[in-house]
Amino acid sequence: MIWQEAALVASKDLRIEARARVAIGQILPFGLIVILLFAFALDPDRGVLARVAPGLFWVAVLLSMLLAVGRAFAIETHHAARDGLRLAGLDGASIFLGKAAAIALQLLLLEVVLGIGVIVLYGVDVHGWPIVLITALAATIGMAATGTLYGVLAAGLRVRETLLPLLMLPVLAPVMLGATRAFEDGLGGVPGDAWPWVAMLTLFAALYTAIGVLAFGALWEEGT
Amino acid sequence: MTTELDRDQLLAPVLRRVLGWSALVSMVALVAFGLFGAPTDAVQGDAQRVMYLHVPSAWLAYLAFFVTAAASAFFLWPRTRATVWDRVAGASAELGVMFTALALVLGSIWGRPVWGIWWAWDARLVSTALLFFLFLGYLALRRIPGGDPVGVAKRNAIAALIAFVDVPIVHFSVEWWRTLHQQATVFNPELNPQIHGVMGLTLWIGTIAFTLAFVYLLDRRYRLAVLEDGQEERALDRAIEDRRSQAVGAGSVS
Amino acid sequence: MSLVVRLRSLVCLLGRFPALAGVDLDVAPGEIVLVTGPNGAGKTTLVRVLAGLLAPHSGEAEVRGHDLFTDRRAARRRTALVGHETYCYDDLTATENVRFFARAAGVRDDGPVRDALERVALGPAADVVHRGLSAGQRRRLALAVALVRDPELLLLDEPHAGLDATGRAVLDDAVRAAPGEGRTVVMVSHELQIARTLATREVRVDGGQVVPIEAAPAPGPTAAGESGR
Repeated sequence: MIWQEAALVASKDLRIEARARVAIGQILPFGLIVILLFAFALDPDRGVLARVAPGLFWVAVLLSMLLAVGRAFAIETHHAARDGLRLAGLDGASIFLGKAAAIALQLLLLEVVLGIGVIVLYGVDVHGWPIVLITALAATIGMAATGTLYGVLAAGLRVRETLLPLLMLPVLAPVMLGATRAFEDGLGGVPGDAWPWVAMLTLFAALYTAIGVLAFGALWEEGT
Repeated sequence: MTTELDRDQLLAPVLRRVLGWSALVSMVALVAFGLFGAPTDAVQGDAQRVMYLHVPSAWLAYLAFFVTAAASAFFLWPRTRATVWDRVAGASAELGVMFTALALVLGSIWGRPVWGIWWAWDARLVSTALLFFLFLGYLALRRIPGGDPVGVAKRNAIAALIAFVDVPIVHFSVEWWRTLHQQATVFNPELNPQIHGVMGLTLWIGTIAFTLAFVYLLDRRYRLAVLEDGQEERALDRAIEDRRSQAVGAGSVS
Repeated sequence: MSLVVRLRSLVCLLGRFPALAGVDLDVAPGEIVLVTGPNGAGKTTLVRVLAGLLAPHSGEAEVRGHDLFTDRRAARRRTALVGHETYCYDDLTATENVRFFARAAGVRDDGPVRDALERVALGPAADVVHRGLSAGQRRRLALAVALVRDPELLLLDEPHAGLDATGRAVLDDAVRAAPGEGRTVVMVSHELQIARTLATREVRVDGGQVVPIEAAPAPGPTAAGESGR
């Protein structure tokens, strides 16, 4: 039951995105611009870019994620859709899983494109693909779960755009840390060191997904 | 939403007075020991004395966060839900953010004369910095009112717990990160040659003094919150009367 | 015969403002209750509380046997609201919107979805995205979304506003058919002439409470401030 409802919510969000194309048309370009700006800031000729590429990649993803989460809840503010969803009788946990899944999918697509951007623009070589892919998956799920939780908390508040980053980014610092370190190992070719970080990312993802399933319903109800 | 757990003050007046005076006395003792009683550090000189304030501040930052989280949990648990927990959570967070900022600033003041740096990427400092931002976010959220007081308090409580769950993850991942890079963990007092004797005693006095002060200030801030809420309830009763009286005059004015 | 709605001394706050300041109301199954009153009286708040969207502050409140203080979510299950907003998604078609809410309410097939759209005369516009619908069409879509859920309690907040002749006909038919379909209706309206013919009972709200209904005011300057918007 909960999975069917979650799939219903996720497909609704994804269908809206397919029609409105905000993620593809605005958020993705934003991520690419950030990657570009880093190059301006760090001067491609000094050979720094390839070395710090993992960190820059994840910063770009994190900043784009703020927009994606904001957008995921913005669609519920038009025409009082949030009230409609509440009236619809869906379980809070289902809405959480559905929205988080939709955000995660969009983030993964974003990461693919930004990853290509980083490889091309910064001249990065990827040695350990398994590490890179698994890290990205674990980190993305953790980010999507946390984002969905804080997204609903901030949704509908007038200060949403400024409050959301302040709330989310400190909490996501460990994800940033772990994902970057794991990527460094994957890119540097010493995969052995990355697995503890991947374990931490997985733990984070599981933990915040569990919290989301439990707490989202209460937060969803209390908002305006 | 008043239950038997709610009260006008956290501590009985007698207890509060005792606590206040103890805090004051231990602070004086801390100053005495910290400035005069403890010996001058052989390596760092007098600047090392900042540690007697820095370490207790940091301890208090984490204690305050724990109190906020525990109070939030008690609020969310239906059987113990009461306004007292919401107020304690907020009061503790305000004190916590203050002590976190103090710890960070003192760390800077300590570092500059001794190692010539304003900041070090030591695991503990970084974790404390993140704690500071977690506090700021929580307090920013608390400032935002909502429709239903219980609902708002629930929202704040959930937010506190979500952030609290992150604290150990932050702590361990940052710790791991910095030890892997094998930075000289100069800021770590435990790495100094054993702190014993008068220095250790002074640290203990500091910790006790700060903790006593924290509980005292928590009680006072709580009392302030009670007074603020009391004002709001009287205002609500007036508002309900005004609202009802709108109907009595209807028919002649729209 | 248990009541569909039972309110006693209900106080409801919007921020610090007591929108409802002590409401007593009973609604029996099959009734069509018309709620009238001046602007700002608390009618919309009353409807939102009945829908389970607003948490009550104090008093007693039961909808379909569920306590609104402890069990709001369950109280909503067979309740539908047609309010000022349509609750629909701009980028989804009429059919997709209705289908989403139908599925959410546990309706598996597409049959009821098509039927609901036909019933509100949106068959031809079924594949138009919500953004492309006219205001009148959107109001009808909101009604379709409400009806496809097969509600026991149908709440209507100024449903006639923004409807054209087709829309009004559709709405009035739906309201008249409600008791026969096992539904109870609570309707807020300023369209007193139409609404009074549809309703089985009238309740007047003013200053956040239910007040006695005086004899219908004679048309003239004093009534002008109350009817219409």
